Amino acid sequence: MANFSKSNVPQFSVDVYQNEYLPDGGREVSAIVTVTATGGGTVGTGVSAPHLYSPGQGPDAAVAIMVDCSGSMDYPPTKMRGAREATAAAIDAVRDGVHFTVIDGTHVAREVYPGGGRLAVADATTREQAKQALRRLSAGGGTAIGTWLRLADRLLSSSEVAIRHGILLTDGRNEHESPEDLKAALDSCAGRFTCDARGVGTDWEVKEVTAIASALLGTADIVADPAGLAGDFTQMMETAMGKEVADVALRLWTPLGTEIKFVKQVAPTVAELTDRRTEAGPRAGDYPTGSWGDESRDYHVCVEVPSAGLGQEMLAARVSLVIPQPDGSAQNLGAQGLVRAVWTDDMAASTSINPQVAHYTGQAELAQVIQQGLDARKAGDVDGATAKLGRAVQLASASGNADTAKLLAKVVDVVDAAAGTVRLKAKVEEADEMTLETRSTKTVRVKK
Amino acid sequence: MSQMPQPSQRTALSRCPSCEEPLESGDRFCGACGYDLSAVPPLPGDSPTLTLSGALASAPHPPPEAASVDWPHAPETSGSGKPAPVHLATDLPGTDSGGTALPPVPGRPPMPGLPPTGSPVSPATGVRFDRPAGGEPDEYPLQAPAPPPAGTATPPAGTKVCVACRAGRVDNDGYCENCGHAQPRERDHMEDEVGPLAAVTDRGLRHHRNEDAYAISHTTLPDRAPALVAIVCDGVSSATRPDEASLAASRAAGDSLMAALPQGTHPQQAMHDAIIAASHAVNALADEPGGAREHTPHQNSPACTLVGSVVTPTLLVVGWVGDSRAYWVPLDRSTAPARLTEDDSWAAQMVAAGLMNEAEAYADERAHAITGWLGADAYELEPHTASFKPDRPGVVVVCTDGLWNYAEAADELAEILPPDAASRPLHAARVLVGHALDGGGHDNVTVAVVPFPAPSQGAGSA
Repeated sequence: MANFSKSNVPQFSVDVYQNEYLPDGGREVSAIVTVTATGGGTVGTGVSAPHLYSPGQGPDAAVAIMVDCSGSMDYPPTKMRGAREATAAAIDAVRDGVHFTVIDGTHVAREVYPGGGRLAVADATTREQAKQALRRLSAGGGTAIGTWLRLADRLLSSSEVAIRHGILLTDGRNEHESPEDLKAALDSCAGRFTCDARGVGTDWEVKEVTAIASALLGTADIVADPAGLAGDFTQMMETAMGKEVADVALRLWTPLGTEIKFVKQVAPTVAELTDRRTEAGPRAGDYPTGSWGDESRDYHVCVEVPSAGLGQEMLAARVSLVIPQPDGSAQNLGAQGLVRAVWTDDMAASTSINPQVAHYTGQAELAQVIQQGLDARKAGDVDGATAKLGRAVQLASASGNADTAKLLAKVVDVVDAAAGTVRLKAKVEEADEMTLETRSTKTVRVKK
Repeated sequence: MSQMPQPSQRTALSRCPSCEEPLESGDRFCGACGYDLSAVPPLPGDSPTLTLSGALASAPHPPPEAASVDWPHAPETSGSGKPAPVHLATDLPGTDSGGTALPPVPGRPPMPGLPPTGSPVSPATGVRFDRPAGGEPDEYPLQAPAPPPAGTATPPAGTKVCVACRAGRVDNDGYCENCGHAQPRERDHMEDEVGPLAAVTDRGLRHHRNEDAYAISHTTLPDRAPALVAIVCDGVSSATRPDEASLAASRAAGDSLMAALPQGTHPQQAMHDAIIAASHAVNALADEPGGAREHTPHQNSPACTLVGSVVTPTLLVVGWVGDSRAYWVPLDRSTAPARLTEDDSWAAQMVAAGLMNEAEAYADERAHAITGWLGADAYELEPHTASFKPDRPGVVVVCTDGLWNYAEAADELAEILPPDAASRPLHAARVLVGHALDGGGHDNVTVAVVPFPAPSQGAGSA
C-alpha cells in the first residue's frame, strides 16, 4: 500500500531568500531556504476532527506511544490518570488502517497493546481494545528511556510502512540508565523513526527531552498540567497522521573550496543540522529533516565561498530535497533552489542584509541567549543571566515573537523591552522556567 | 545553395570555425580564440571567380569584372573620401573543390597551403583560405537576410567545460558543477554587422551581467532608397529584470521601424511610433511574474532607456528616452562633431535649468539618475525625436552611457572613433567598446556605428 505515486504525496517547492551581492573580497553567503510541501494531507490542528482520514487514504503509517509508568507518575495521582486519558485520546486520533502499539515504560519497556511483538491495525475494535488495555497501566519502577525507544524501534520496524513515528511521555529524569546508553539508543533509532517527546510536571530534565526530540526529528514540549495532556496528545497524533513522506533530506551542493559554516532549521523551531551531514557524492551532503505533511519550514544556510573578482557570479550552493534510498541512491523530490554569490562594487547592494536572513539570525540568537541566560541563572550568575535574558527580551520584542516574549515575562521583570532592560524575578515558578527553556527554540516567521 | 552572381558583400567566412566569433575581412587569426584562419578549410565551390573545370580561360566571369581578368570586384563602398575599396580575402582565387591547385593566376600563384609571402599591401592580401577535399558548399553562409541580432549569437561550440576552473562540467543552470562559477552568457558580449552598419555590446568589467541590448537592421524605403536602423537600450539596474526590459524594447522598436519604413512612414514618425511600441513591450514585462531568482522586497517594474537612429540617403533621424546617446561625427574631421540627443537625466536637467554647469552636474553622484525611461512606472512617456539633414558624409554613433562616460564630449568621441568608421563599422564599434573597457568598463557598453548617408548597395539585398 505504501505508494509514492499517490496523488496526495506532497509537492515540494524551494524558495531562496538572500542578498547575493558581496563586496570585493567578500566570502560569506547566507540564505534562508524555505521548503514548502503542499498537496498532501492536512496537518491536524486542535480544531480539526480526529478522524480526518478514511481508510486507505494516505500512506501507511505506524505509531508507537510510549507512556512513562515509573513510580513517580503516581505523585500526584492525577499524573498517571492524565497520561492514561492522553493516551486514550491519542488512540482515538489514530486513523483507520494505521499500525499502532502502546508501550509501558519504566526501567524496562513492556508492550501494553497489542503485545506479542506485533502492531495492531487501527479500526473501531482495536482502538477500543487498546483503551481497555490502558486500564492495566499502573505506576511503579524506574526510568530508562533508551529501552523504550529500542522496543519502539523493534516494533515499528516489524511492519512495512512509509511513516514511522513515536510519541514519548516522561515525567522524570532518565535515572536508570547512563546518559551514554540513552545516547546509543538515540543513535541507533535516528533515521528509523521520528519521535515527539513531552515532559509532564516539572521533575524532568529539559535537555534530555529536547535531545530526544532533536535526535529523532520531532517536537519537544512541556505539559506542566497533566490535564492538558489529552489535547496535546491528540494534536501530536494528528500531526503525525498528516505526514505523507518520511526520511526527507535536505541535499546541499557547494562548489569546490567552499566551507559550510552552518545549516540549521530556523522555523518552526531552531534545530542545528550542521553536524548531521551525510556525504552524498562529490561536494554534496544530506541533512535529515524527517517526515513531512502539508507544511513549510525554513532553513538557514551559511557558506564561505572562495572569493572571486568584481563582476563575477557563482553558485554558492544548490539546495534540493531527496529521499535517500538504502542502496545509496536517492529519490529526488524535484524542487531545488540556488544560492548565488555576485561580487559588486555597489556598496548599497553589498551592504544590505536580506530581511529574512536578518530575522532568522535574530531568532537563532534569541534561542541561544535564552538558553545561556537560564544556564547563568541556575549557576547563580545574576549579572550574566540579566544581560542574556535582557537581550532575549529585546530580540523577542523586535521580531514580534510574542509567545516567547510572554514566557520571558514570567522569568524576568521587563523594564524596557526595546532597550533590553530587565530585572530577574526573585521567585520564578519552576514550570515557567522549564516552559521557557523548552520552547526557547520556537521561532516566528518574518512579518510580510 | 544557389550560386551568387557577385562576390558577396560580407566575407564568406563570416565566423571563426573554431569558436564562432564573427570575423572581419583581413583577419589572419580569430580575435577571440586565436584560431589560425589560414588553416581554415577551403571555400565552397561557389566562389564566383573560380572555375571548376580548371580551365581559367573558360571561367564564367561576371561580365563587368571580366575586364580585370582574374581579380574579383571588390565591394563598393559608398560615399566619397573613403579609403579605396579593398579586396576581401575570400574573393581571392584559391584551389578548386578537389583540393588541387588551380592553374597559376597571373600576378598571384595560388599554391594550396602556401603561407602568405611578402608584405601584404592591403589587410586582405595576407590571408589565404585553403579548401579541403570535397568541401561542403553549404558550410559558410553567404549573404543571408539579416537575422534579429539577439537571436544570432551562437552557442559555444563543443562540450561545456567551465571557463573558470577548466575542470568542471557546466550544468543546466549555467554554473560549473565543480567550482560553481557562472558561465559566460550569450549576452555578455555580442557583435553584429548587418549590411553597412554594425553594433557591439559588452558586459564590461564590473557588472555581472549585460543589461544592454541592441537591434540593427536595414531595409528599403518605398522609393527604393536604403534605410539603416540602429536601436540601443540600457536596462535600469535598480529595476527588476533590466536585461529583459532592454531586450524587449530593442526588439520591439527595431521590428516597429522595419515594418513602418518600407510602407512609407516618415522616418521621424516611425521612430516616434517605435519608441511607443518599445514602451508597450517593456510595460508588458511588468505583468509577468518575476524570475525565481529575483527576490527583492520591493520590486520595481522592469525599465530601460532607448536611443535609436534611422539613416537614409538624405535624412538622419534620432529618437531617445533616457540617457543613452547618439553622436554625429563627420567623415571630414576638420568639421565639428555633435551630440544629437539630450539626456533625460538629473545632470542634463540641472544644466538645462542653468543651476549647474556641465562639469559640476556630471561630477555629482546624482548625475546619472535618469528622469525618463521606458517601463510601467514611468511618469509620462515623452519620446524625443529629432531629424537632421547633414550636408556631408559622416558616422552616427549610437551608444549607452557605458561608452560616453569615457568620452562624454562629442570631440572626445570623435577623437577615439577610427577614421574609417564608415567603411569598417564593426571595427569602429569594437574600438569604441575597447575604449570603454580600457577606461575601466564600469558599466555595460553598447555601441552601434551607422554610416551616413545610407549606402545604396546592399540595402536591397536583405
